[in-house]
Amino acid sequence: MREVAVIGIGMTKFGELWTKSLRDIFVEAALKAVDDANVDHIDAMYVGSMTPGLFVGQEHIGALMADYLGIAPIPALRVESACASGGFALRQAFIDVASGMNDIVLAGGVEKMTDGADVTYALSTAADQEYECYHGITFPGLYAMIANLYFQRYGATRRHLAMVAVKNHKNGSLNPNAQFQSEITIDDVLNATMVADPITVMDSSPVSDGAACVIVTTIDIAKKLGKPMIKIIGSGAATDTIALHQRKDILSLDAVRVAGERAYKMAGIKPSDINFAEVHDCFTIAELCIMEELGFCDRGKAYQLVEKGETALEGKIPINPSGGLKSKGHPVGATGIAQVVEVVEQLRGTAGKRQVKNAKIGLTQNMGGSGASSVVHIFKSE
Amino acid sequence: MPSPRYTREMPQRYRLEANKCKKCGKIFFPPRLICSNCKSREFEKIKLSEEGKIVTYTTIRVAPDQFNTQVPYNVAIIELKDGVRLMAQVVDCKPEDMGIGKPVKLVFRKVQEEGAAGIICYGYKAILG
Ligand SMILES: [Zn+2]
Repeated sequence: MREVAVIGIGMTKFGELWTKSLRDIFVEAALKAVDDANVDHIDAMYVGSMTPGLFVGQEHIGALMADYLGIAPIPALRVESACASGGFALRQAFIDVASGMNDIVLAGGVEKMTDGADVTYALSTAADQEYECYHGITFPGLYAMIANLYFQRYGATRRHLAMVAVKNHKNGSLNPNAQFQSEITIDDVLNATMVADPITVMDSSPVSDGAACVIVTTIDIAKKLGKPMIKIIGSGAATDTIALHQRKDILSLDAVRVAGERAYKMAGIKPSDINFAEVHDCFTIAELCIMEELGFCDRGKAYQLVEKGETALEGKIPINPSGGLKSKGHPVGATGIAQVVEVVEQLRGTAGKRQVKNAKIGLTQNMGGSGASSVVHIFKSE
Repeated sequence: MPSPRYTREMPQRYRLEANKCKKCGKIFFPPRLICSNCKSREFEKIKLSEEGKIVTYTTIRVAPDQFNTQVPYNVAIIELKDGVRLMAQVVDCKPEDMGIGKPVKLVFRKVQEEGAAGIICYGYKAILG
């Protein structure tokens, strides 16, 4: 297997991009990545997108984006794993380069959620339609069920969830690409409109438009181009039951844990070697469960780490320096790649006011549905 | 939901039909064609218990379109006496009456309607006690 490096990154601002189309935002992010990498061609492309067919009525976007990026006739296809589509697109690009199939590959992610579609319905198609959605459950509802059980088992409270949101908004206020660039208070979260008890609208990531792209290649080509050497040293992916009620334990996100274990094994490192992480905080409770599955702390202890400030920018294990899905925005298919963009910025030392000190090894964790799919990547600067 | 699909789900929704692996005994609801535990493809049809307890729950206050008129409503993951878990609304009670571990019984109720002139969808809901 060949070693793989990230040599180019690009993303649009996340938010309500009403004046730009799906293809426009993807090409905007892709061109930034191409310019950043300074490559003269691309061998193949993977576009992560959850459901452009439901959001804007457009399928077949692999070919569409290759055409508008001016790189047809290269092979290009869409990768779909709900909100983990972007992360899985990167994994395909990684496999392409590692295997020797292609040398320079673009992995992107895009979603246009504010063009007037029924967003709640479109998102719910990533849950079990016939045995979950049929009974009126929603994604906030599924995570609310996880939160209620977490509270009962470990003694956490709504205040701890709010601390996650407050921390991520603080980070997001330092990120010019974030959808929300204002800080919030614990009371803002506690007093916000309840969506599904105990999850408020301020515990939830927003509806967003946005795109992000990265370019991966071999170590030799990366050296020739003189880019900072950011290697992908681990990649792991896993799946679980799509229905939350069919899990052995509602609080056990096995797909996250197994994807993490696979990535750590490939990288030859342990959780304590990770300097910072971008994780899938679609709802505040998710960030806590993910920290535990990835081995950053023992089960049931994540909320105590948050309380002590250990997950803040200056803490022991900064989580979501970008602002996370909560503050940066969550254009579902683009999220997994935007996480990579942040990690590369941090490892290059170009993250500005939100720079994590001594950032050498970073991790991304991207999740589909209520944890039915997950993908983890580990990056190292050399 | 479309009528053909709804027809297909009736044995599960109307009669709580599940299947039990003949080799390892694991019960599947909804029924599956291959056992995810032992890979056997031999099953016997069984009917689930109608009694169970709440594993976890929430109250939906922002609902999908077809449930808009019902808010707020309770939804729970329920573990039945035979160990099978399913998701269902918990009705005829207030949000504050919900609780982890509380006993429930499954009842036959209307779940949703497919538009003004569409089919009426029935199935199981739960009540406390
Ligand atoms: Zn079996």
